Amino acid sequence: MKLWLPFAASAGALLAVASFVGAGWDAPPVATDQLGFRGTGMYHHRDVETEAALKAANVAPPAPWEADPSGDKASALYQNVQVLGNLSGDQFNQFMASITEWVAPEAGCNYCHNPDNMASDEIYQKVVARRMIQMTQSINVDWKAHVAETGVTCYTCHRGKGVPAQVWSTTLDPKPAGNMTSNRSGQNVVAVNAGKTSLPQNALSDYLLGEKPIRVHSTTALPTGMNPAGTKETEETWALMVHMSESLGVNCTTCHNTRAFNDWDQSPPQRVTAWHGIKMARHLNVNYMQSLTPVFPANRKGPEGDVLKIGCATCHNGVQKPLYGVSMLKDYVDAVAVKGSTDVPNFSTYIPGKTEVLGGSAATPVTQP
Amino acid sequence: MAQYQNIITPIQVSGPAEEGMPLPRGDSPRTGKPFFVRLFGMIGNAQIGPIYLGYLGTLSLVFGFIGFEIIGLNMLASVGWDPIEFVRQLFWLGLEPPAAKYGLKVLPPLAEGGWWLIAGFFLTLSVLLWWVRVYRRARQLEMGTHVAWAFAAAIWLFLVLGFIRPLLMGNFSEAVPFGIFPHLDWTAAFSIRYGNLYYNPFHCLSIVFLYGSVLLFAMHGATILAVGKYGGERELEQITDRGTASERAALFWRWTMGFNATMESVHRWAWWFAILTPLTGGIGILLTGTVVDNWYLWGVNHGLVSPLPDMWPNVVDPAQ
Repeated sequence: MKLWLPFAASAGALLAVASFVGAGWDAPPVATDQLGFRGTGMYHHRDVETEAALKAANVAPPAPWEADPSGDKASALYQNVQVLGNLSGDQFNQFMASITEWVAPEAGCNYCHNPDNMASDEIYQKVVARRMIQMTQSINVDWKAHVAETGVTCYTCHRGKGVPAQVWSTTLDPKPAGNMTSNRSGQNVVAVNAGKTSLPQNALSDYLLGEKPIRVHSTTALPTGMNPAGTKETEETWALMVHMSESLGVNCTTCHNTRAFNDWDQSPPQRVTAWHGIKMARHLNVNYMQSLTPVFPANRKGPEGDVLKIGCATCHNGVQKPLYGVSMLKDYVDAVAVKGSTDVPNFSTYIPGKTEVLGGSAATPVTQP
Repeated sequence: MAQYQNIITPIQVSGPAEEGMPLPRGDSPRTGKPFFVRLFGMIGNAQIGPIYLGYLGTLSLVFGFIGFEIIGLNMLASVGWDPIEFVRQLFWLGLEPPAAKYGLKVLPPLAEGGWWLIAGFFLTLSVLLWWVRVYRRARQLEMGTHVAWAFAAAIWLFLVLGFIRPLLMGNFSEAVPFGIFPHLDWTAAFSIRYGNLYYNPFHCLSIVFLYGSVLLFAMHGATILAVGKYGGERELEQITDRGTASERAALFWRWTMGFNATMESVHRWAWWFAILTPLTGGIGILLTGTVVDNWYLWGVNHGLVSPLPDMWPNVVDPAQ
């Protein structure tokens, strides 16, 4: 009886099939671009088939119409226009039409506005939207080192959804049992924001909200005792790097010569762009997202009660240049490529459904129609 | 005889079980009634048992089990005692050493690495007792103690990673966590933090001996299988009474590369390559962070790094 033969053969065949279909390989054809000097392994591999789907999912929508910049300003035509008051009436309406398509194509205007009193701030989405418009203006004006002249619009993140698909918040799940059992030091479970590795699961909080030092390397060959970072700090930095890599659909070698990760002299220019991106995401989370905490209802916050925040994937959505580098900004120059009022209202006084006007000096009283 | 047995031993001769030589006074008897498993006979000896555990073996297994349980139960607790999450995330789960702030404190809070130290203590005890057992069993059979010293080389690397180097660094946070992915992540993070272990010459040596071991094992295994039809697998007999199998094997290598190991010396090659792998690797780990903080820069200083053209001269550290 040589039963072992068919058994071994079928086990081997099953294993082979499973490893081919079950492991999520990038099946050929794979396109490869050389990024660095030959022999350094600096390549960018693109799965041609998944890239086709990615391209279809990342198309910039055209503007509904070309806006006429002449005529009375929106601040004169409408009440309580605090940030976009310098737009012409046509520009203002064009931008409102676009933002509806970008953020709430199904709910429409009423997602943010009370149809009986469009000027009122009683719906919290309107308060958030105003702050987000300020944020978009700030990105396009203050963060050109990252977004260049391509810039961003609401659509870069929102993609037709009220809440962008790829946001992050603090997560402690699955929660450790506590007491005297191991608290697992915030790692060693599937880290959703770190490429499903077992790296620290809340590393984004440390770097894209906090200012924990990212650099862990020593810049001298021999120890000086001045570098406090150890392997644990390195794992946290690595978690952030995996997040960036996954968010952009790129490898480490897009920004680093991996033989010396820290060496700027051997790094491609993309690393400088990314460096500004980290600072930008941190700035936006601290100054825009986190300060809106009192405005968001509980169902718009994460499981631990913190607001949903911005990571690299929020804009990039798996693509190195969001929307494949197509700029939507040219159709909305006056709306979001320049800054309007930068006043920040005191969000802690906001009462949804009650507050008629929330804002700084540009706020105007709202008269009931 | 005249066939290749490349995968399994298809023809098995069974007879009365072999009890082994009598043990000296003071040793506890071997336990278990020997029996035969045909399946095991295909890949090794069909006879299972008797086994000699003794107090060293028993204690080693007990301590090993305690360490294993501490790790496993903490992994289960780290997902809130949820058996489904435990299975789903098993490869992700781990037990972390204490944070750097606890330094070399003997017992930091259990939830923050205390369990790691306790598990490490029991595992170390278990491994060391097993080493003594391997040594003593070899002496009892009046063998050499080569297996024990090969095992000791592995224990050296284990202790450097988890104990000796953390002692020199002044805190246990530098040690390896327990867990499948966690220890792999540690390995990569360790290399990144200390400037790329590939430029550590002892890491280079360790890799040479590791891959060399693989090559030697393949060459030796292949040679013996190839002369199996002439009784080449009876290596010890061939050492003292060289037969045609040994002659052909030697001639084959002398023909192909001008030099051949002997039936005896090939095992010295294999043994030294194998034990030098963790021995040199351990030295490399021991020097990392203690004596050298950035192996890439060390490599630059010592001519190990090949210079590259400046591809992006305009890139400067934006933080400066």
